[in-house]
Amino acid sequence: MSEEPLVKMRDVWLEGRSDETWNPIINGVDLTLAKGEVLGLIGESGAGKSTLGLAAMGYTRDGVRISKGSVEFDGIDLLTASAAVKRELLGKRIAYVAQSAAASFNPAHQLMDQHVEGPVQHGVMGRGESEEDGMELYRKLRLPNPDEIGFRYPHQVSGGQLQRCMTAMAMSCRPDLIIFDEPTTALDVTTQIEVLASIRDIVEQFNTAAIYITHDLAVVAQMADRIKVLLKGDEVETADTRTMLSAPTQEYTKSLWAVRSFERPLKPAVQTGSTPVISVQNVDASYGTVPVLYDVSFDLHAGRTVAVVGESGSGKSTTARCITGLLPPKAGQIMLDGQALPADYRKRSKDQLRQVQMIYQMADTALNPRMSIGQIIARPVEFYLGLKGAEKRRRVDALLEQIELEPSQYYHRLPSELSGGQKQRIGIARALAAEPKFIICDEVTSALDQLVAEGILRLLARLQDELSLTYMFITHDLATVKAIADEVVVMKDGRVVEQGPKQEMFTPPHHAYTDLLLSSVPEMDPDWLTNLLTERGVDNIGDAAVDKM
Amino acid sequence: MMWYWYLAVLVGMCGLAWLFRWKGQQMDWSEFNNKFRDMPYSVAFGYVLGLAILLWLYWAYFQGHSLHQETANKFFFLRIAIEGFIIFAIAAWVFRLFGRNVGTAGTKKLFRSMPLTASFGILTILIYAIFAIFAGAIAPYGQESIIPGVAANIIPGGDPELGGNPDFPLGTDQIGRDILSRLIYGAQNTVGIAFATTVLAFLLGGTFGFLAATLGGWLDQLLSRAVDVLMAIPSLIFALLLMTIASVWAPQLGIPLTVFMVVIIAVIDSTRVYRLARAVGQNIVVMDYIEAAKLRGEGLGYLVFKEILPNATAPLLAEFGLRFCFVFLTIAALSFLGVGIQPPLADWGTMVRDLGGFVNFAQFAPMAATAPLLAAGAIALLTVAVNFVVDWMLQKSSGLKE
Repeated sequence: MSEEPLVKMRDVWLEGRSDETWNPIINGVDLTLAKGEVLGLIGESGAGKSTLGLAAMGYTRDGVRISKGSVEFDGIDLLTASAAVKRELLGKRIAYVAQSAAASFNPAHQLMDQHVEGPVQHGVMGRGESEEDGMELYRKLRLPNPDEIGFRYPHQVSGGQLQRCMTAMAMSCRPDLIIFDEPTTALDVTTQIEVLASIRDIVEQFNTAAIYITHDLAVVAQMADRIKVLLKGDEVETADTRTMLSAPTQEYTKSLWAVRSFERPLKPAVQTGSTPVISVQNVDASYGTVPVLYDVSFDLHAGRTVAVVGESGSGKSTTARCITGLLPPKAGQIMLDGQALPADYRKRSKDQLRQVQMIYQMADTALNPRMSIGQIIARPVEFYLGLKGAEKRRRVDALLEQIELEPSQYYHRLPSELSGGQKQRIGIARALAAEPKFIICDEVTSALDQLVAEGILRLLARLQDELSLTYMFITHDLATVKAIADEVVVMKDGRVVEQGPKQEMFTPPHHAYTDLLLSSVPEMDPDWLTNLLTERGVDNIGDAAVDKM
Repeated sequence: MMWYWYLAVLVGMCGLAWLFRWKGQQMDWSEFNNKFRDMPYSVAFGYVLGLAILLWLYWAYFQGHSLHQETANKFFFLRIAIEGFIIFAIAAWVFRLFGRNVGTAGTKKLFRSMPLTASFGILTILIYAIFAIFAGAIAPYGQESIIPGVAANIIPGGDPELGGNPDFPLGTDQIGRDILSRLIYGAQNTVGIAFATTVLAFLLGGTFGFLAATLGGWLDQLLSRAVDVLMAIPSLIFALLLMTIASVWAPQLGIPLTVFMVVIIAVIDSTRVYRLARAVGQNIVVMDYIEAAKLRGEGLGYLVFKEILPNATAPLLAEFGLRFCFVFLTIAALSFLGVGIQPPLADWGTMVRDLGGFVNFAQFAPMAATAPLLAAGAIALLTVAVNFVVDWMLQKSSGLKE
């Protein structure tokens, strides 16, 4: 039996229902998975990876159906199996780890109550035994206070810990197959490492087979034995991780691999004595009585990009809110061209407001869904520049051309009719419409697929060269920093830890925290995680480096 | 012993349900096989229960046609209800079919995805609107005109053999006014006034709700607490109290009492609208596009009317439908209590009150008992219709499928 694959999916076709018709999601994909093997499923959003992953459990979301093909798990046909048979398999022999652990745990119950539910319901263990086993798993997953953490509620533990608790929960019945659906996508790089390492360890220890779904190539390179690439519901290619990384055969795979190659030429150093466009001077800020920023200072010079990096909660976005005037700082000031800006945006003049524009992370919430693209871009044109009628229309068309969208085609569309990347471009056009000097880009690429994100970065770089714009680029993704930044500001816990030109920041010696951040960025080398863990000492990933500071 | 029989029927149905599922599992229908295999017993019982109820309705319907007058009387209203249900369903279906084939591409698409309940609702509302607008042209007599020499005759149908008067299809009330004409004028009065009141309530509640959501701070606190105070008083009793005061003031000031009623109900109902507008507004205000507009330096008017209002229309429209029903019922209730729309103006609430006594005839002369039910039915039908449309709009706006 051991030669027989654990999961056998033959010619699976999946369809989703929208606008009263069934549209194809997956077109005839085969998938086999041996016992103890980890398969990486990668592709852009909309490629059907999650749908395929769920289909491997014989499950489909509402409005999705399996129209053709077969799914076998250990010789059992999941598509024709009765509800009783499936109930016996799911949770016990097949488990699922969702993308957002925070949204998947029931906030009203303690973690341990949710952990023991599976084993007790399936009759694998009694409650007491299962609790002890849970603590053991928490220990194996290197959670802090493993004996105690299970008795907390989901909101009392951090995102990375919650994700590990969910993995422990999936492991509770010692399943033969776990499906990981982007388990680290919502996490910071430093947290991601801990989760990746613990998932990999535990999968190896119990010889569990896994399907690992992600859009991050570097992550999948660490986790998977084999990689399957999906594009719009079709399989592009499947191969061993090492073969796939070193010698991809398909054009699409090669283009995925090459994404991170974009890098801008270095710019000459800033002339000493020139006035910065924006200067943040000794800013302290707090939300209510909780202080969030301590003595933050940095300068942004004309035509240059400053990347502000740090984990979530480090104060990057708060700094942006201080600059825009949404959160008046407690102390310190913001200078625009050597002139102090009023702290509150309501006290700023129209021209001062025009000079500072912002592009948001979530293009979905940054564009009014009830306004057409033309209206969205025309508003700042009319509001700041006073253009009307045909003149306004001409300006909007010019802006649409600048962001590489055909004006006649997009002018009358609504945001919901655009793709994520196109929406982000509209956000850029709206900022440009004000003809600003300075643009804050708040995680503009983190919600986008890598290929699309690269397109946005190239566009921003081109616009900067053409219009000599100054960017403040807030990001937690160091690959983006490498691609676009001229200078880097590293923040942690509301303080600037280190700042300087990019080439200095990326060459040692660094501040310990910068070092931690840099070394935590996954690389395409499949041995990277192993090497890194040996380097840091396996038992205290993350913590060791933080302690050094 | 009657309960013996009930028990026997219940046990029989339980057995039937088990048999139904078991038989289904034995049969070889490829698509249904999984359905029967995974069917819980409760679902099988549900099927059998549904079938039993249908059979009973079928039996009861023909009891209503029984030649034995006493039996027929017993099932008279059930018979009317079943006939009405079938007629309305057919009318709604025809109306939807019509909508699917006539009109622009946009309306055709709208009708294609429309459930039957919604098309019934829209059809009913359309008919009410036509009657309300053209009441003067449609109604055979004036609403206040007492037809001389006509005795009260509340038998509808106009069939002299059953005691009706062919000149008055729905009969005449106690002082000799045509009930049909009063029903038609009632649509104009009751529905028209309810519509005006709802619009006023939305203007008040919507404006203050959005202001509170956008500006926040002390204004929000002040408005919200004021609304809390108003909401703490039971609305019908509060309205009744204020109407009693108004009925003293109205003649002194020379303002019709109806105007007072519109304002009083609008203010009381605007508190509910305020709550909704504020809640919806608060969800929109935190969006990034609002922040972008604020940072652009936009004024309050632009924020509320261009950025917030268009995104709040769906829930507000749905609330408008519901609120309209409540206002409408409040007016009918006030009229029933004698402080609402004043005679001799025709009004459904008043008609129910005036003719209410005839309901007592239901047991032995069901035709005579229909008189008060006509106005009550008009109220119920509109309420149901509006709710169907609202349900449909809510489902559309929330993007729920099926």
